[in-house]
Amino acid sequence: MTSRVELLSGNEAIARGAYEAGVTVATGYPGTPSTEILEALSEFKPETYCEWSPNEKVALEVAVGASFTGARSIVTMKHVGLNVAADPLMTFASIGAVGGLVICVADDPGMHSSQNEQDTRHYARFAKIPIFEPSDSAEARDFTALALQISEQFQTPVILRTTTRVSHSRSIVALGQRSQPPKPAGFVKNPPRYVPIPIWGRAMRRAVEERLPRLRTAACESSANRIEMRDPALGIITGSIAYQYARDIWPEASVLKLGWSYPFPDELIRRFGAQVTRLLVVEELDDFLEEHVKALGLACDGRNVVPGVGELSPTVLRAARAKYEGRPLAPVQPRAETKDLPSRPPVLCPGCPHRGIFYALAQFDVVVTGDIGCYSLGVFPPLNRMDTILCMGAGVSMTQGFEKAGETKRVVGMVGDSTFFHSGMTGLLNIAYNRGSPVIIVVDNRTTAMTGHQPNPGSGQTLMGEAAPAASIEAIASACGIKRVLTVNPYELQQTIQALKESLAAHEPAVIVSRAPCPLDQGQPLGEALAIDQEQCLQCLECLGLGCPALEHDEAHGLRINDLLCGGCRMCKQICPAEAISGADAK
Amino acid sequence: MQNNLDNPTINVVLAGVGGQGILLASEIIARAAMAAGFAVKTNEVHGMAQRGGSVLAQIRYGAVVHSPLVEHGAAQVLGSLERIESLRCADYLAPAGLAVVSSQRVVPITVSSGQAKYPEDAEARIRTAFPRLVYLDAVAMAGEIGNVKCSNLVILGALSTGLTLPAEAWQEGIRQSVKPKFVDINLRAFAAGAALDG
Repeated sequence: MTSRVELLSGNEAIARGAYEAGVTVATGYPGTPSTEILEALSEFKPETYCEWSPNEKVALEVAVGASFTGARSIVTMKHVGLNVAADPLMTFASIGAVGGLVICVADDPGMHSSQNEQDTRHYARFAKIPIFEPSDSAEARDFTALALQISEQFQTPVILRTTTRVSHSRSIVALGQRSQPPKPAGFVKNPPRYVPIPIWGRAMRRAVEERLPRLRTAACESSANRIEMRDPALGIITGSIAYQYARDIWPEASVLKLGWSYPFPDELIRRFGAQVTRLLVVEELDDFLEEHVKALGLACDGRNVVPGVGELSPTVLRAARAKYEGRPLAPVQPRAETKDLPSRPPVLCPGCPHRGIFYALAQFDVVVTGDIGCYSLGVFPPLNRMDTILCMGAGVSMTQGFEKAGETKRVVGMVGDSTFFHSGMTGLLNIAYNRGSPVIIVVDNRTTAMTGHQPNPGSGQTLMGEAAPAASIEAIASACGIKRVLTVNPYELQQTIQALKESLAAHEPAVIVSRAPCPLDQGQPLGEALAIDQEQCLQCLECLGLGCPALEHDEAHGLRINDLLCGGCRMCKQICPAEAISGADAK
Repeated sequence: MQNNLDNPTINVVLAGVGGQGILLASEIIARAAMAAGFAVKTNEVHGMAQRGGSVLAQIRYGAVVHSPLVEHGAAQVLGSLERIESLRCADYLAPAGLAVVSSQRVVPITVSSGQAKYPEDAEARIRTAFPRLVYLDAVAMAGEIGNVKCSNLVILGALSTGLTLPAEAWQEGIRQSVKPKFVDINLRAFAAGAALDG
């Protein structure tokens, strides 16, 4: 058979592995850095059914249903998504899988696109289930198939954990054929097997403990774990992307490479420990392995030289090696002065409809509880119009606590459309039920924009490309019992400000749906680029309050509109007191 | 800090601002290296950082490649689609490395909102920081060729002079990475960059 090779990201390789292993049901909720797994797998429709579920809990529950029929399935999410799915996970771990079920969880060390830094490996130990950790795309493909097989063999869910640098690095993968998925036997009624009421749940609980030593033995024998003997003076225990960095920084060292890290392969760790003089654990985030190596009675170094906060890199490990060897790091002469370079944080795109609602909010002295999405960027100056972020949905729910605790300012909750469907809806129901009176703004751009425009229950289509009913945010709000429900076009600034003013003045809860599609998703600018008439311009800089990256200003070059960036939204034209901004009127 | 000399891994770093086409440039380098028979790893920034923030792509190729990330002081070439982004990533470049920097000036929101200043001496700093330098207006050059969006290929062409991949490998990398109707203009943008003396 000719072997085809392809350059794949870790996420694409997981999708490839799932396809080849005969997965027929795949679910998930978008979240960087996990999103592309399901997007890539959906390319194989209709052989594989793929869906974006409203949230991770639903996604896992759908997959559990599929597993109970004997089908193979995967579920994808980012690390914080597993917190949402933790409820079904913990009990499913006891009930156990029928068809292989792998939960693909992508951690984000360094917090490139996340609100916390969380090590998913703890969930494997917590739920007493296996976890696989690929270190490149080839392993991502291989381990996906292996994890599905282990899931079926031991009747357990399995976690496949990547990190940002595994998910978003590309490397060469040998492609295989799709194996014929096992024909699902269909669900076989068996309450003691599937219903964890206490009388049966206690037996399941014992079965989990009996499964662990068998999994431990399998992990010791697995091809995912290997000893690479080189110089026995130093033995490094490592896995995931840290393995790749360690190979570059300690090319001469022996390595115990753990691709299946939990249940800890104790015998393998002991055997490796006996073959080398000194042990060093190189792992990203928590000292998960190190703690256990020490518990086995083996002396080792680890967190004392390798940082546990932020992500690792070859540069970080070069410094760790110097520290480990007790010698100073050769100083690198910086090539350029960089301390005074202006930082370049991410920003709402030119033409973004969210800018209108933030500009309107900036006219009022209120507390704004925010949420997770592109609109999180509204926290940065000059918009400065978000005061808190906690987790998905909290932008809605937290308003209630502010109010009931007696916060003197009016409280505004802000949530995106996808986040509203994810877990904002329940917070709104609580506000209506428990008599809160905040203003909730749903910034509805008809897509899940931050993660790259995935459809959601409001988009009118599915990941499979089928038309679907578009859930109405207004109707949901009304059904919850909210009486003041209105819709605004955020590009019309005065109307948006007026709607906000009236809602803030009312003594009842309000939902404002700020609706305009994401121009990036639409694939074209809203209109022609605008320009500033320098003779008319008063230099009042009012327009800069919009925080639009197309409006460039500094002392040396004055104020101008970068026509390569301008999205033609005309918000700046609306607020210019001198009518100095020209351009075609709205279409 | 390099791998052993018999078997060096080639390291490339690309810098710029989200939306400038760095992901495509990274893919072309990777596919060109693959076409030349090398193992390849790349890493690019996705997600939040793509919304107009600073972005970085790293490409490594050779007989065997471990880390997808480039160590400081190890890049043979550094390409930047924006002026000051080259300075931010300057420490990745190896002592004798080649820098290709577009003079394009994208003013960050931190400057427009008055929190910071865009350094007026950026060009002078760039010339001091990079003894081996191609400093060009990639946007203007791409505009002359017919599409300002091809400025990433102009940079890539200039970068190619600091690497040793054969011309056919580059052409193959471009063909595999862009839509058929855009192959020609991208090849021309690449050639314009490659004609500059590195």
